[in-house]
Amino acid sequence: MTERSAEWAEAAVREHAHLGAADREEQVLERIERARRGRTRLREDAITLAHGSGGKATHTLIEAVFLDAFRNPLLEPLDDGARFGVDGASLVFTTDSYVVSPLFFPGGDIGDLAVNGTVNDLAVSGAEPLHLSAGFILEEGFAVADLRRVVASMRAAAETAGVRIVTGDTKVVQRGKADGCYISTAGIGVVRRPLGGEVRPGDAVLVSGPIGEHGVTIMLARGELDIESDLASDTAPLNGLVTALLDACGDGVRRMRDATRGGVATVLNEVAGDAGVAVVVDEDAIPVRPDVRGACELLGIDPLYVACEGRMVAIVSGDSAGDALAALRSHPLGEGAAIVGRIKADPPGLVLLRTAFGGTRIVDLLVGDPLPRIC
Amino acid sequence: MRFVDEYRDADRARALAAAIARLCDPGREYKFMEVCGGHTHTIYKHGLADHLPENVTLVHGPGCPVCVIPMGRVDDAIHIAERDDVIMTSFGDMMRVPGGRGSFFDSKAHGADIRMVYSPLDALKIARQNPDKKVVFLAIGFETTAPSTAMTMLRAKAEGLGNFSVFCNHVTIIPAIKAILDSPDLRLDGFIGPGHVSTVIGCRPYEFIAREYGKPLVVAGFEPLDILRSIHLLLTQLAEGRSEVENQYGRVVPWEGNPRALRVIAETMEPRPYFEWRGLGFISHSALRVRDAYAGFDAERIFDIPGGRVADPKACQCGEVLKGVLKPWECKVFGTACTPETPIGTCMVSSEGACAAYYNFGRFTRDRVREATRD
Repeated sequence: MTERSAEWAEAAVREHAHLGAADREEQVLERIERARRGRTRLREDAITLAHGSGGKATHTLIEAVFLDAFRNPLLEPLDDGARFGVDGASLVFTTDSYVVSPLFFPGGDIGDLAVNGTVNDLAVSGAEPLHLSAGFILEEGFAVADLRRVVASMRAAAETAGVRIVTGDTKVVQRGKADGCYISTAGIGVVRRPLGGEVRPGDAVLVSGPIGEHGVTIMLARGELDIESDLASDTAPLNGLVTALLDACGDGVRRMRDATRGGVATVLNEVAGDAGVAVVVDEDAIPVRPDVRGACELLGIDPLYVACEGRMVAIVSGDSAGDALAALRSHPLGEGAAIVGRIKADPPGLVLLRTAFGGTRIVDLLVGDPLPRIC
Repeated sequence: MRFVDEYRDADRARALAAAIARLCDPGREYKFMEVCGGHTHTIYKHGLADHLPENVTLVHGPGCPVCVIPMGRVDDAIHIAERDDVIMTSFGDMMRVPGGRGSFFDSKAHGADIRMVYSPLDALKIARQNPDKKVVFLAIGFETTAPSTAMTMLRAKAEGLGNFSVFCNHVTIIPAIKAILDSPDLRLDGFIGPGHVSTVIGCRPYEFIAREYGKPLVVAGFEPLDILRSIHLLLTQLAEGRSEVENQYGRVVPWEGNPRALRVIAETMEPRPYFEWRGLGFISHSALRVRDAYAGFDAERIFDIPGGRVADPKACQCGEVLKGVLKPWECKVFGTACTPETPIGTCMVSSEGACAAYYNFGRFTRDRVREATRD
């Protein structure tokens, strides 16, 4: 049998040879910390599906390629939208693209997803959504009847959310160069009242309803699993719910995120990382519908990582937690809301789950995602 | 959820934890290996270690089938996948596993037609739908998944499908356990036996471990209470000076295994003289290949594959970590050349591998986590 060496591995060993072996555990941990703080490097020479998963690979791509090239103070926070002032008005600007497969699924289609997703990015940034743009990339041969159906749901979703689609663009590509229809939307909104400052220890963590319904619905709608269920996507505009929350708690609301790609786990990691705090959540408290739990159990996935398209995570001050919960539950989209955890000071950047079994688990960012194209 | 929640009850867990603590001799260290990656997952997911005394350590064994595939075999699979006339199919967990020249994800990004399937029967379906392509199923796993590969070959033969083949990488558990037991620096007190594998092979094949090596083994189920109960059984054996094979997973595992499944494996596959395990090296009679009678379904005979060995870098000490001799941080390349982004050895490949878990979370000591999750 011929024998060769893995060039990349040998190169990595050579590259680090000067460091020598560590003789103390602390020394190793320090090295890891240094590597974590260092500049992010994109190692792949071609884009892989993992780069679109919303997990670690996506973060690396964004930081090493996009942020590296576009770096500016508005982009740097890598929030759901960019915040800036124009003539005294505080605005939020955001964009998102939709490539979900299948295009039509129980509870919605790519059209309402494209409107709700952008409306929600504005809403959770604390802005009142105003206007949207819509860009269409259509594949030669795509049925006009299907396009009409998609567009009709966009109109209905825009009406529900109280926004208008005021500009757009259309491109057609050759058959085989796209999968029917892709949509890209951008949105602009106005901030009428600022959020209540940095997330800090003592704050409470809420979710606005049962998690994971959109992602599981899409997986089942692909028909690859032969599981039947009456689950439907949770796609919905969150601006009404956000208004109810802000009305009740004012600047007690520190931060909101919609839990889309990467699910609640990813949002919590972003909160912990950005604010330098620990997020501690209780598995028992997190609302998950039994059929979502059952499907996740069968598929070996964790509902915490499954996408939602009409659910948000809100961090509110400890003393407004009760009011926040009541406000969310008083709204039809927040009936299933729950307080799921709280913010602690240490260890910074970490999300900890107290499991129903009585143990503790660290909830990390997803490394790879076996479930492509859910939004 | 019925049938599952009863095995995840926190009160019962606390009662068992107390019983375990009573059995432990405080002056002694206990190291048990859970052989199966499924157990590692349960331990991690439910935070099971929190229920164990400080002097009981669980060592993650070689039972993660994707992690033990040597780099050379990954390269061979990619070599086949990159042919224009081939559709390669595989389980999703195989996509990220690095070979000498990259992973399936990388190869797919460069144009290879590689598809994730949930069962080899899905690969057969793809073969029926694509008569002008050669569809290859990358078969991995222990005796647990080998019967489904065998059944698929039987069905392909019955249907006379000429464009379907299997790239067989099935491994067998007993020789791997024996290799670990034969290592002179072994420091294990007992084994949590692989439940899924045992549904096929039964409990009898483990008897030599108790008899010849004097180590207790308890075949365990996959719910957290199953594992706690198995640890209790192991400690009871040690306290009473016994070393026996016990079956905690009697609700699923028959003592004699599943003769029908064993028959279909034997009908289609036979032991290889030797096979390489990432981290453990060559182990004789530790894997299966397709029998002559099914040569028409054997990708190794249909395609011209390089078949070379890609050596693990000499500095990689996965073998020692797997055997519980070294702690992850004591390995020469840990945290420098070998990281979760560029995993050199098997313990870093899976996010639940001992090294990956330590890299990500080693800095969070049990005390810090306990403090953060206190009410």
